[in-house]
Amino acid sequence: MITFAKDFKSAADRVTKDLRHRGLIQRALHSYEVKRDEFKGRYQNWNEARQAASEIKWEAINHLDKYLQEFIAKLEARGTRVYVAGTGEQARDYILGVAKENNVRTIIKSKSMTAEEIDLNEALEHAGCTVFESDLGEYIVQLRHEKPYHLVFPAMHLTREEISDLFQKELGSEPTNSPEELTMIARRVMRQNYCRADMGISGANFAVAETGMISITENEGNARLTTALPKIHVAILGIEKIVPHLEDLALFLPMLATAGAGQPLTCYNSLFSGPRQPGEVDGPEQFHVVLLDNRRTELLADAEQRDSLHCIRCGACLNVCPIFKNVGGHSYGTTYQGPIGSVITPHLRGLQNWKHLSSASSLCGACTETCPVGIDLHHHLLHNRRNAMHEKPLWWEKIAYAGFVFVMRRPTLYRIAGKLGALFFPLHKLVNGTPLDPLRSWTKTREFPAPAHESFSEYWRKKKSAKEVNRGTP
Amino acid sequence: MALPDQREAVFVRIREALQRPAPHRHDGHVDYDMSGHSGVETPPPESDAFRAWLPSVGPSIDDQITLFAQNAAQLKADFRPVASLDEAARQLAALASENGWKRVASHRHSVASGVAEKLGLPCLLTDSGYATAELEQCDAAITGCDALVAQTGSVLVTNPSAGGRALSVLPPHHIVIAQRSQIVPDLASALQLVRKLYAPNWPSFLSFITGPSRTGDIERILVLGAHGPKKLTIFLLPYHSL
Repeated sequence: MITFAKDFKSAADRVTKDLRHRGLIQRALHSYEVKRDEFKGRYQNWNEARQAASEIKWEAINHLDKYLQEFIAKLEARGTRVYVAGTGEQARDYILGVAKENNVRTIIKSKSMTAEEIDLNEALEHAGCTVFESDLGEYIVQLRHEKPYHLVFPAMHLTREEISDLFQKELGSEPTNSPEELTMIARRVMRQNYCRADMGISGANFAVAETGMISITENEGNARLTTALPKIHVAILGIEKIVPHLEDLALFLPMLATAGAGQPLTCYNSLFSGPRQPGEVDGPEQFHVVLLDNRRTELLADAEQRDSLHCIRCGACLNVCPIFKNVGGHSYGTTYQGPIGSVITPHLRGLQNWKHLSSASSLCGACTETCPVGIDLHHHLLHNRRNAMHEKPLWWEKIAYAGFVFVMRRPTLYRIAGKLGALFFPLHKLVNGTPLDPLRSWTKTREFPAPAHESFSEYWRKKKSAKEVNRGTP
Repeated sequence: MALPDQREAVFVRIREALQRPAPHRHDGHVDYDMSGHSGVETPPPESDAFRAWLPSVGPSIDDQITLFAQNAAQLKADFRPVASLDEAARQLAALASENGWKRVASHRHSVASGVAEKLGLPCLLTDSGYATAELEQCDAAITGCDALVAQTGSVLVTNPSAGGRALSVLPPHHIVIAQRSQIVPDLASALQLVRKLYAPNWPSFLSFITGPSRTGDIERILVLGAHGPKKLTIFLLPYHSL
């Protein structure tokens, strides 16, 4: 353990001091906020829409067995091969198997956080395949050998100059500081890749149970090309992506776009219900859908936090989170950053190793307030803290609290402790903030308040006796 | 090499997990003590109810065309209501010469392919198969569609209505030929229409196209034409022109 917490602390310390970085993130998120509010304002009732979205996801998640079964049956009936993976390793092995069976060399990929979660690219590359991330932001972080910074905006931590330098180095392109030209460079590179790829891999935003369709939301058109041109399409998605009915998307697609990217609707919202069907002119010959558990069922078993499986990965909670804005996406060290990442990572990767993320919160509740499907995020951070304590109490905290209770129950002892504290406080000034300071984790960045000259009980006694004196003299 | 599917084990875990009921959310609060849990589940709202919360849409076709035009302008799509098929063909010819098109692509469609052929340019039809590299070389794609969605400014396409999956996304300029009767108020009615047209033989692909392809991945600055079409032109023909 602890190394994850240590890494988080040191990364968070470093990024928080980097004012240029913080400025970049805050400017980007400010422009998002303006757009989000503009388009939220067009809804006749955003709150009612949220409540409905939350109820629909509640229905889907709390009857997951029924809907998942329906989804699988509908897909299989139209020639899709469905594989249900218990672990990330099983999902990787299945996809590697499909690649091997079909002599796949080149793979084009559209954005998928689920693929990130199981380190799919690394496994495919290890097996000798070349993988191209086609989403512009993902392509940029892939060229930098980095993980996505944000689950929706993967390259938001980079300036156009940094991207131009990267393209010069990796692609031999001319320097430019125009985002448009940079985009066109990536477009040209990727066009060749779509045409020569043997396999396309995508994620999915929704899985429609009733009709057996996956829904993919994107702006660039890269997912459409990834799913149109290669002979094989593999989609990987978590089992929680289910919505019951096709028409439910009439609510989720606009809400995802508005909450996630500050758009009324993203540019392409596409539904796929199978491989190329008889009479169709193009499309993949094989369509594989990989449904991933990877400890989602453990989250499902926690009835209190089950609603975190309602998440549609819009990233809205990251965009409003004061912690995310200051420590940045990479500091988390997780696939899913921000409040939702802090809530679910302990379930997906182990509570004791990842409980520190639930403490990195001001509990301001901005995440809960903004979540389009009404996940009780900031309370779940508290639930994680409580569960971590119950599971593995800290011995020194137990002693400290026992001591606290012992003193608090004995007024005399409490008064003596108060006096002693006040007496020794001036000595604290000598070590304040230094490594010798026992209160260092507090005093490093904050003032420790000086004790009052007189305690409340002293003040009260004084006041009372003064009153009695007054009453005694008519 | 068949890898054993884990569905049985996963379904067992799901059913076990669901033994305990989860609290509901009401008025912005989660009812953790389950005091509001009556044991009777009310079904979640359905799509007709969404209309009261989503952005509003006027009742008449003219309202809806006006709203579509506003949305298209904001999305930087080029929306052109025209009086006749001939006018569409004339405007398309002007676009072709302005942009120096050398070859176009289309598909067999009651009106799209007719308009495309009138251009007098080499025209690739995708219907009986095509080479990807050849389609990639085309300057524009001319397709039909299933519906135009007023609420969002979207064009609904499917394999049959738009000549497959790639035609409407690979060439750099996408031309849509639609008619007045294809205007629908919102996404819910568009999805209901898809159901009416195709269920249970769904096309393997359907997509809501909302403006030309775009990205904001570099400093959140909007750039049009990321991987899909850089331009989207939508012709709206009057009734009965197909």
